[in-house]
Amino acid sequence: MSGVGEPAWLLAFVCGAVFLLSVLPLIHLGWAGLKGLEGGEAASVLLEAATFAALRNTLVAAAGGMVISLVVGALFAFVVALTDIRGKLALSFAFMLPMMIPPQVTALAWVEMSGPSSPLLKTLGLAPPLGSPQPLYSLAGIALLLGVQHAPLVFLAIKAGLATHPRDGVEAARLSGASPWRVFRDIVLPLACPALIAGGAIAFISGIGNFGIPAILGIPASIETLPTLIFAKFASFGSSTFGEIAVLSTIIASISAGGLLLQQRALKGRDYRLIGLTGARAAFTLGRLRIAVETLLWGTLALVLVAPLLALVASSLVPAYGVPLTLHTVSLQAYGEVLFRQTVTLTALKNSVFLASAAAVGLLVIALPAGYLLAARRGRVANLLAILIEIPYALPGIVLAVAFILAFAAPLPVIGVSIYGTIWIILAAYLSSFFAVSLKPVMSAFLQMDPSLEETARLAGAGFLRRMRDVLLPLVAPAAGASVILVFLIAANELTVSALLWSAGTQTLGVAIFNLDDSGSSNLASALSVLVVAVVIGLMATLEVLAKYLPEGVLPWRN
Amino acid sequence: MAQLILNHLTKDFGAKGPGEGGPAVSDVSLTLRKQGFLALLGPSGCGKTTVLRMIAGFEQPTDGSIEFGECRLSDAVRVLPPEKRNMAMVFQSYALWPHMTVAENVGYPLKVRRISGEAWRSRVAEALSLVRLTAYADRRPSALSGGQRQRVALARCLVQQPDIVLLDEPLANLDQHLRKAMEETFRAFHERSGATMIYVTHDQAEAMALATDVAVMSEGKLLQVAPPADIYARPEGRVVGSLIGRGAIVRLRLPEKAGRQLDWPLLQAALAGRRSGHGHAGEGPLSDVLIRPEQVHPDSGGMPMRVLSSVFEGERSALTLALPDGQSLKAYSNKAFCHGTEVPFVISGGWRL
Repeated sequence: MSGVGEPAWLLAFVCGAVFLLSVLPLIHLGWAGLKGLEGGEAASVLLEAATFAALRNTLVAAAGGMVISLVVGALFAFVVALTDIRGKLALSFAFMLPMMIPPQVTALAWVEMSGPSSPLLKTLGLAPPLGSPQPLYSLAGIALLLGVQHAPLVFLAIKAGLATHPRDGVEAARLSGASPWRVFRDIVLPLACPALIAGGAIAFISGIGNFGIPAILGIPASIETLPTLIFAKFASFGSSTFGEIAVLSTIIASISAGGLLLQQRALKGRDYRLIGLTGARAAFTLGRLRIAVETLLWGTLALVLVAPLLALVASSLVPAYGVPLTLHTVSLQAYGEVLFRQTVTLTALKNSVFLASAAAVGLLVIALPAGYLLAARRGRVANLLAILIEIPYALPGIVLAVAFILAFAAPLPVIGVSIYGTIWIILAAYLSSFFAVSLKPVMSAFLQMDPSLEETARLAGAGFLRRMRDVLLPLVAPAAGASVILVFLIAANELTVSALLWSAGTQTLGVAIFNLDDSGSSNLASALSVLVVAVVIGLMATLEVLAKYLPEGVLPWRN
Repeated sequence: MAQLILNHLTKDFGAKGPGEGGPAVSDVSLTLRKQGFLALLGPSGCGKTTVLRMIAGFEQPTDGSIEFGECRLSDAVRVLPPEKRNMAMVFQSYALWPHMTVAENVGYPLKVRRISGEAWRSRVAEALSLVRLTAYADRRPSALSGGQRQRVALARCLVQQPDIVLLDEPLANLDQHLRKAMEETFRAFHERSGATMIYVTHDQAEAMALATDVAVMSEGKLLQVAPPADIYARPEGRVVGSLIGRGAIVRLRLPEKAGRQLDWPLLQAALAGRRSGHGHAGEGPLSDVLIRPEQVHPDSGGMPMRVLSSVFEGERSALTLALPDGQSLKAYSNKAFCHGTEVPFVISGGWRL
């Protein structure tokens, strides 16, 4: 279409939005990092023993988590993509859940499942004696949960990678006389290698930036990672805090950038985080092994997903910490507390719903023109815009939060009011962080649309806004709906960004769960978490119902 | 109705990889006769669709201009947007809006022109009745067959009363039987609307059957424009000769003074001369000569040729013959021949390209 199509203001609008949401905070972050290093005072944080320990812990936990993600994610991906097991959709849907459940809820659920105070274990009579240590409060525990949380990323990467190779290759190898195992080793594995590397890289950088899991598991055991160290520094606000957190954020950002480059290189620009491509049909029949493999997969899911969630439900039903769950002790009191009595949770609920809806709808308003523009216009400007939209999403939330603090701590020009400390700075950070999430379904709808549909409308005499309204919007409406739900889903559960940006009265659901657990009210935290998980599953099910109207690849768990 | 003039039209999509060079459309000049039906014919990738999209205003020329009567539509500096051109286009993919009914699809150009109510209804009904789809007015396009969809697209063009109708391989997705019926519909549409029509296709039979003029393009260049019968009888150059109709191109030594229309004595002499390798009749430089299959007849007084293949095609057999010097010819025959036999043939005429 070579740019003859759209009006000039469209490019200006999209560029302006990208500048405000992406370029400005990044410039501030880079600038503060440089100044911190230059001044010398903030740079000294690099030499502190605590920083070294945190860096080491971060790398060890992220690497351990990556290995677990690779093993579990690859197992599921290969079996689902290549074999004839039954219930693939249900399996994929369940396997994607850990990615959609907020990490602090995952951590909480696992804590409630294991350790001496677990209501589930107590009920079953399996609980270790009181006073024995909670095994998850360790670096190994953090790594395990990071592995569970990010295994879906590896799963998606490998599935997308396998989908790009037609199954003819596998069939040709079979006809050449290779046994299934030989085919897997000689054909499938080498072809899946880039996807494995990319999936590992994305699991690693997600582990580096994760805040929820080390915050719940590490802080009680005094194990700091870089994100929790930033959080701690920020909580004990001092004169050199800004410089120090900017320097620490730069470390995280550079490790992440290294991982991203590796991933980009392995994938050569293919994206899989939100796009699961059409999977290849079953290439291997398992025969009698099938039932064994199915048992293994569902067993794994039961262990890493169902059991922790059951534990979470169990601990939300006991009246107080440490009480075993029996028919006599079961009560819904915790739900009553969080839903009707506690002002903190009510405010958090209200804030999160507001933030998530405002982010979802606000982003749609930006993503529709941006998606149209980027789909219609190829070339250097479009590539640059796409990368700038992608960066805040790829950056760890904690780094993005720091960037927004640096960008918006000072009063805004012209109006002279600072949005720092208000709910608006959280909204601004959400808009920045989830722009890519919102854009993806809309843009793939525009890309998959036959351009002649719009061209005919033009020839019929319809100007830009007219054909937007009459032709384009009705056609991308399902994708726009998916975009709104996806952003709402992710924003409503968000913890990392809001953990740094909240202040009294602007706490989010994520922050509320974290604070309740921190203050020992584990039954209230569990009740709130159960509600969150229920909403997550509900929204994912809504998307599943919408699935047949959506462009291919929008829903990550569908083949 | 004004005339459409393409004036040294050029489109270069910019730097491409080595070996891909050259503009997509290069220096195309063409004046369309009023209310004409021009078929733009060429192999895929020859630039014909790019020409069409420049006429519609979807692409901007890098050089040259497009004029419609007094009005300049496009040049390298300015482009009148497609929505202001009063043109209509029929796409290979039909381009029906799936969220509108058939009637809404057809009536959309009127809606944009703020025509509503009774006027809208009657004009939509008229357009639908012309393509015999009145009964389908309230259906969605997805409930229609390919041929019906293309007729809806045509009705949508009709309702707008466009100055120019552009058709981009509109029959490519239809089966053989439907194509014939749709060709008929297009012809009727052309007579009725009085619009200038430009029809892009790579199917020369379709182009011949429909158009008042055929323009042949190859590698971005316009090679020849002429009425179908002319371009069939007198193609210019090897490319046009091989694109239009069936036929064989043979290389013969012809005397300089020979015209372009060649007869049997001349051809016989040239063929005989070539056989001897030197001397009398086949003097002069080598020329490309197009020989149509219908010009090659079995005749006991002819020159013996070897039958390389004989394929039964229903109404007749198509033969491939080898000339004495090894070049091959195509011929039609009512009777089948055995592979490898030597049969005398006469070539009643040829055309020097």
